[in-house]
Amino acid sequence: MTAAAATAKEPPRARRPGAWALFANNRLAAAGLVILVAIVLVALAAPLLPLPPPDITDPANRLIRPLQEGHLLGTDQLGRDLLSRLLYGTRMSLAVGVSATLVAALIGSLLGLIAGYAGGRTDNVLMRGIDMLMAFPYILLALAIVAVLGPGLMNALYAIAVVNIPFFARNIRGITLGLARREFVDAARLSGKSNVAILGTEILPNVLPTIVITMSTTVGWMILETAGLSFLGLGAQPPQADLGSMLGEGRKLLFNAPHVSIIPGVMIFAIVMSINLVGDGIRDLLDPRLRSGALARPAARTAVNRESVADAPREENANALLALEGLNTRFEVGDEIYHAVNEVDLKLNAEDCLGVVGESGSGKSVTAMSILGLVPTPAGRIVGGRVNFHGDDLLSVPLERLRTLRGGAIACIFQDPLSSLHPLFPVGEQVAEAIRAHQPLSKEEVRQRTLELLQLVQIPNAEQRLSAYPHELSGGMRQRVCIAMALANDPEVVIADEPTTALDVTVQAQMLRLLNRLRRERNAAVLFITHDFGVVSEICDRVAVMYAGRIVETGPAEDVIHAPAHPYTRKLIDCVPVLGEQDRQLDAIPGLPPAVNRLPEGCAFADRCDRARDDCRVGNVELAALNKEGRAVRCLYPLVEGAEGSG
Amino acid sequence: MLLEVENLTRQFGGGRTLTGRRPVVHAVSDISLSIDEGRTLGVVGESGCGKSTFARMLVGLDQPTSGSIRLAGHDIRGGRSADGRPLSATVQYVFQDPVSSLNPRKTIRQTLTAPMRHLLKMDAGQRERRLDELMDAVNLRPEFLDRYPHEFSGGQAQRIGIARALAAEPRILVLDEPVSALDVSVQAQVLNLLADLKRELGLTYVFISHDLSVIESISDEIAVMYFGRVVETGPGSTMFHRPRHPYTGLLLRSAPVPGQRRIHGEPKPAELPNPFDPPPGCAFAARCENARDDCRASVPPLDIATPDAADPESGKAHVACYHPLAEKPDKNAPPTP
Ligand SMILES: Nc1ncnc2c1ncn2[C@@H]1O[C@H](COP(=O)(O)OP(=O)(O)O)[C@@H](O)[C@H]1O
Ligand code: SF4
Ligand code: SF4
Ligand SMILES: [Mg+2]
Repeated sequence: MTAAAATAKEPPRARRPGAWALFANNRLAAAGLVILVAIVLVALAAPLLPLPPPDITDPANRLIRPLQEGHLLGTDQLGRDLLSRLLYGTRMSLAVGVSATLVAALIGSLLGLIAGYAGGRTDNVLMRGIDMLMAFPYILLALAIVAVLGPGLMNALYAIAVVNIPFFARNIRGITLGLARREFVDAARLSGKSNVAILGTEILPNVLPTIVITMSTTVGWMILETAGLSFLGLGAQPPQADLGSMLGEGRKLLFNAPHVSIIPGVMIFAIVMSINLVGDGIRDLLDPRLRSGALARPAARTAVNRESVADAPREENANALLALEGLNTRFEVGDEIYHAVNEVDLKLNAEDCLGVVGESGSGKSVTAMSILGLVPTPAGRIVGGRVNFHGDDLLSVPLERLRTLRGGAIACIFQDPLSSLHPLFPVGEQVAEAIRAHQPLSKEEVRQRTLELLQLVQIPNAEQRLSAYPHELSGGMRQRVCIAMALANDPEVVIADEPTTALDVTVQAQMLRLLNRLRRERNAAVLFITHDFGVVSEICDRVAVMYAGRIVETGPAEDVIHAPAHPYTRKLIDCVPVLGEQDRQLDAIPGLPPAVNRLPEGCAFADRCDRARDDCRVGNVELAALNKEGRAVRCLYPLVEGAEGSG
Repeated sequence: MLLEVENLTRQFGGGRTLTGRRPVVHAVSDISLSIDEGRTLGVVGESGCGKSTFARMLVGLDQPTSGSIRLAGHDIRGGRSADGRPLSATVQYVFQDPVSSLNPRKTIRQTLTAPMRHLLKMDAGQRERRLDELMDAVNLRPEFLDRYPHEFSGGQAQRIGIARALAAEPRILVLDEPVSALDVSVQAQVLNLLADLKRELGLTYVFISHDLSVIESISDEIAVMYFGRVVETGPGSTMFHRPRHPYTGLLLRSAPVPGQRRIHGEPKPAELPNPFDPPPGCAFAARCENARDDCRASVPPLDIATPDAADPESGKAHVACYHPLAEKPDKNAPPTP
């Protein structure tokens, strides 16, 4: 076991774009930041600049137009210098807006944290209170608060803060609610931490980014709202300048001296605009989904860049239903290339059931998704090989043809039925949609066919279940619906990617029985992906074992399981406890598979193989035929017959 | 008896609302079990049968609606063991999902020192020494201490989860599906590690899993749960060779075994009874081939099973069934490869 730890490769530290690079990449946010910094700097520097005092009236020089000697932006109706008032007003508006945001964030987040963490009655009471605040129209509430407290900038600040508390409270509560049910909170509790300690040291650090995002996206509005109250004469009182009151005073002179109101108006616009741009930038930055590029919309089919392609299938595959030849699929993330699938050959004839076995990350799913071009591009790319379906290369057929094949002649079933079902539509509707997409049938015929399909996969009370939503069904029932959808158009090939892994054993047993029956009744070929040799024995005729993106052994399922030739296959079978053999010492495989962006030279299994010799680590180990029954193994020193136990 | 559970019941819901009472879900009903020091109790059952609720009550993360849990004879209701220390200093928990049981924004060092600081009140020097011991015990390199959870593979993260549980120096570990999220090769590493730790530290395990072969390989005693109840208990060495409850039999017939084509799915799709409205009798009756009228009338109690003449261990088996499976080892026993 110590060897296991020693050889365990450190997970590669993925090189994702840094925070600053991402932010700078976002042109708008960067522009907003430049404007905002400029405004803040000038506003802060106002007392140091050679400006006339902002509140000294000079009736002789009233309403001077901009760009005059001594008054760069002109003067207002009382002869006060507009530039000076603008800068001091900006200071004031920024200070009030930012303070209101801080107050709202502090109180709102605290309420949200407590409500979300405590749950139950506390949550109920707090959130009903918040709801009551939110029931009033926004500005009306602010007006009411100022009306009670009396006009003045401080009171406007309180009003704006109070009005924005619900915003923070609700956002933070939602996140806290999710976090409080996470297992690490239970773990902290079991570590002896008190509730206050858990809230402060476990939950708060995870909520902080959201608080920052909410602040950065609301501060602009709060400045605008403060200006609004001042505009109505409820905020800053004369002669004090803030942007809202300047706008309000200038309003009466809109036609004679438009500059008096336009100048503060432009400033408000610039501030709010730049803050919002920066806020959006910060939000994008802190949202982990955007960082990993997961929100980028995948292309309709996987990008294919092959240097050279054979014109026709290989001779031995000429009559195959589905044949993968030398498939190479990889992911390009930053400067790293992940060789997910390397030189994979697979062949499937009608009624065959081929099992693909391997640990997670060995490339099983990517192989399956490559067939129909479902590997997400940009990152994913097919760089070599052919996928023959009745002899046609699916990697080069037009997108239209591929679309008719998907869910038509080639159907898929995935591990998680919830990911293939839409939560908001009844399951009957979804099965019907799968039929309609490929067959021009009348409404009544579609309904009839839907019902038949649901009965075929043995959904009890199929008629009533037509209108059930996915969340109303158990996991096993949902997977049955997915199988029904896959069978909707009499597929020739069914690709099943770990379809029973998430199910209980008794449900899995029923599902395997069902798939087996359907395969025989409907002559469909099945590509069955699993990590369980027991399941392979149960339903597959042939099996291919994958390791680090390569097929390392293939052959008739029974032969491979009874006498594996590749040391990895042997160990994969031996590391699983077997019912009825309680005393068997589990033969764990030391270490981890190699990262597919750093595949070693030679055999990828060499670091974990106890038969490895020097020549295993050089060159390329080929998949070599072992006998005439189609057995092949990618190993220089395979376990030959009678060698059980030597592995 | 180190740990004794008596008539343990947990119901959810049932609170009053504006329009009446909320419906009650019976998550765990009337469980009585006990476990000796240094033994492993395996609890097996399918999703939703109440395994996790049961486990969470054992460590005090959840409170029973009724019934009692005694630790070395002392009722743990107050969240403390007999010596007055917090329960979690004696009973610890290993979570199913290794990654989500670690705070993403804390280093491994911070996660591992929390129990030492709060439960054991260790000073900084002691903590450093203990950290080294722990990392060694779970076969991880000490430099991992200053990394964050996302930098670890599932198997490594689960070792850290085990180290966190061990940090409090407990006597009992409750392991809730500790290897279910792991790849089979890594699963074997973790199972072997758990076996080593148990031997070295004299731990007692309550090991929960849905995987029959894993349960059989690790357990001294096995309890099979169905729909919130324990339906069969017995010695780990013989229970799956000679199942008595029809549900245990069904589980065994459903489990695939490499190299054999043997499973028999039930002919009609099975659904669990409605948890809001449990049937008055045996919850398994709708799926049971042996079911008769008396099964639907009242819940069968967990009684000592009729002993087999041939099997001296069989006196320890209990089964909650009015018509248990007859002795037909050829049909129900797991195959010998
Ligand atoms: N969207 C993706 N972006 C980058 N790498 C990916 C993506 N999907 C899969 N991979 C990588 O491809 C390899 C094979 O993955 P997969 O086919 O899902 O394995 P399996 O199905 O055998 O568990 C893994 O190393 C995985 O990290
Ligand atoms: S090629 Fe060599 S290292 Fe690889 S599996 Fe075979 S014996 Fe082991
Ligand atoms: S009590 Fe009756 S229904 Fe329940 S398992 Fe036993 S025989 Fe079957
Ligand atoms: Mg997969």
